[in-house]
Amino acid sequence: MGIYLPIAEMSVNVFVLLAMGAAVGFLSGMFGVGGGFLITPLLIFYNIPPAIAVATGANQVIASSFSGALAHLKRGTLDFKLGTVLLAGGIAGSAAGAFVFALLRAIGQLDLFISLLYVVFLGTVGGLMLIESVNALRLTKGGVPPALKKSGQHNWIHRLPFKMRFRTSKLFVSVIPVLGIGAGIGFLSAIMGVGGGFIMVPALIYLLKVPTNVVVGTSLFQIVVVSAFTTLVHSSTNQTVDIVLALVLMVGGVAGAQYGAKAGQKLRGEQLRALLALLVLAVALRLGFDLFVKPQNLYSLTAVSGLL
Amino acid sequence: MRAAACLAALALTAAVPAWAQEPAHPESIQIGLSTDRVAITANFAGADLTIFGALENADPLINRQGRYDVYVVLEGPARPVVVRRKSRVLGMWINTQSETFVNVPMSYSVATTRQPQDITDPNNYRQLSLGASNIYMEPEDKRDSPLTIQEFTDALRERKQAIGLYSDNVGGVQFLSQSLFRATLHLAPNVPVGTHKARAFLFRNGLFIKETSAQLAIVKSGFEQTIYRFATDHGFGYGLFAIGLAMLTGWLGRIVFRKD
Repeated sequence: MGIYLPIAEMSVNVFVLLAMGAAVGFLSGMFGVGGGFLITPLLIFYNIPPAIAVATGANQVIASSFSGALAHLKRGTLDFKLGTVLLAGGIAGSAAGAFVFALLRAIGQLDLFISLLYVVFLGTVGGLMLIESVNALRLTKGGVPPALKKSGQHNWIHRLPFKMRFRTSKLFVSVIPVLGIGAGIGFLSAIMGVGGGFIMVPALIYLLKVPTNVVVGTSLFQIVVVSAFTTLVHSSTNQTVDIVLALVLMVGGVAGAQYGAKAGQKLRGEQLRALLALLVLAVALRLGFDLFVKPQNLYSLTAVSGLL
Repeated sequence: MRAAACLAALALTAAVPAWAQEPAHPESIQIGLSTDRVAITANFAGADLTIFGALENADPLINRQGRYDVYVVLEGPARPVVVRRKSRVLGMWINTQSETFVNVPMSYSVATTRQPQDITDPNNYRQLSLGASNIYMEPEDKRDSPLTIQEFTDALRERKQAIGLYSDNVGGVQFLSQSLFRATLHLAPNVPVGTHKARAFLFRNGLFIKETSAQLAIVKSGFEQTIYRFATDHGFGYGLFAIGLAMLTGWLGRIVFRKD
């Protein structure tokens, strides 16, 4: 059954989109990620213009992250103060990202830049995660319990000025790296159409030493607001948010996420991380492959947008 | 999008058979659209548009020999388009060259009685700027070398054909009677919205006789149009709405699926 996307101005198969949403929802429920980093490349593979895939991806991320953030809010594992400081950076980064997005679109390098960012970030994060989880799997197999991280261990980040106390996270840290992480992820959110959880969670754990139980809730809170801001910026400057596309993906995603969460409970943490790492690497490889292999067609057409 | 016959023109021909032989009354052509609006709805996946038309004062002899030919074009609105060419930089395929054309018809579907080369010779097509290969695409930067412009023009046409926006339907014009004909044109699923111009050209023995035209508006239907208008005119409000909808879906999903 075809469905006409009013903003993308094309007719697509609604079942393909639902399946796509459900598959990504399943994975995001299983691994506890937003799934933006999967949905945007999938939409691009399905010939949705990258500009629309990114903006709609950001919109779709809100749904899954909001439902997750609500759960953490109930459990009290959400650090509002830390989230708000991250947000201050995130909004600035997202605004800058949307500007760069419009600029790249005008000079015709948007697709390239999106692919490059995906390859670099997914490749790095996926690679690191794979190494870490394989090591953990090896250790548990050898009978040695995984080493616990020593608390109170400080790095250079903790010597920066403008310190602030975050009670829920039991943290006393400079606001500079917090704003920086927020801004970086806001920027990526605007250009890649991702929530940024896959970068935010490791950054909060390894760089700021935020306790693991608060990390996910806080990261989800920041993702909801930054994705909402990104959606708003894209809809008012680039008009690339396709609400029909987003809704179909969200419906599939919400349903898929429930089954994914159940499947996830059956697997151990390290196994989950190793699988997620493989998935992330696969997406990175697929996008990288497209960059280096001679395209079937060297020419492409773009409508001239009213911008710039 | 099956159009019903517009028989008014046919009635006219029937009324004047006696004049038909007189050279003082040359043949002419009429087309009629059953509707001047085609609405794109949620399940639109391309369509065939049927245009009915009639020859007036047709010479029965020539008609019997099948030497009247009709060439029907539905041309979409013109918009500026950038054509980009990828080349290899550091092993990666990157858009490097580009050429902007200021007035490219977004779509161009053709239906003909026979193979275009059997209707008349290429020169005539060129003079009439008829056919996808004869549309003049004006480059924004006219100082570029003609060779480059030609290369990008060809690429533009090739891409448009590949995505079905420029199409040919040979044999798509069929004579139903001596003077009545039916043209079937393909509308691609991604047909651009806007005012389309339908034109019909009559040829006799490869000679261009007469041209006629009609307008067709392709619009998004109610719901799609509302969304589109809302998104372009009130981007900020639309964004807020999209956010609200996403949050609602997320929240509903939690309620519907979580039983714990």
